[in-house]
Amino acid sequence: MGNGTEIGRVRGLGSAHSGTHHWLVQRFTAIGNLVLGLWMLFTLLGMSDHSFGAMKEFFGRPVPATGLGLFVLSTFWHARLGVQVMIEDYVHEHANKFAAMALLNLATFAGAAFGLLCVVRLALGA
Amino acid sequence: MAGATNRPLSPHMQIWRWGPAMAVSILHRITGNGLAFVGLGVLLYWLGAMASGPEAYAGFLGHAGAWYGKVVLIGLTWAFFNHMASGLRHFVLDIGAGFELKSNAFWSVATPLAAVVLTVAVWATILLR
Repeated sequence: MGNGTEIGRVRGLGSAHSGTHHWLVQRFTAIGNLVLGLWMLFTLLGMSDHSFGAMKEFFGRPVPATGLGLFVLSTFWHARLGVQVMIEDYVHEHANKFAAMALLNLATFAGAAFGLLCVVRLALGA
Repeated sequence: MAGATNRPLSPHMQIWRWGPAMAVSILHRITGNGLAFVGLGVLLYWLGAMASGPEAYAGFLGHAGAWYGKVVLIGLTWAFFNHMASGLRHFVLDIGAGFELKSNAFWSVATPLAAVVLTVAVWATILLR
């Protein structure tokens, strides 16, 4: 299962033995970001009133709240994968790379959890 | 490691003459990481302010409407469109198209230009209405 054989190509396994999954999920989340990012942009541009009441009224509704939650998931997942590539390219020392990846994972989960909790509170809270 | 500094290195950025494909590539990385670190931070600030109530949200609007807030938001808008345009270019390259020298150079120039045009269009819509 190397770079050259047919079965190796079919399985997508190069000499690193992994990475296809990362590459694919980067694309899947990119599509999510494209759709949801443009939806967010046009939604905010289309709203004439950006007051607290108008925002809560709109983003508290089930479908917009779902879109907002999916936007948080898609962007944080995509960013997690993208920043990983930057770390792998620029941080070569093993201990530093491990620390950077650990920090990236913790920050991604913490940020996404906070974002989702805010969306839930907006939709269900007082 | 003794002698490690004398080991041959593969050619790196500084050895190549700069071209559009290199510029669009590094712009994709810069805007992507900018969106990850600054953009997601602003997103969480916005969500947190909305979830915390009218006073916190008013505080957010105060910063977002100030000159420095506008600078950040315009920068993020540009980063979003730039990353989106060069990301769409990546999708085309992924299917094996667009590698001919002329079309590759053309889209390497067109994608960042499109991002600037879209950024201007969005902020003209916001500021002129």
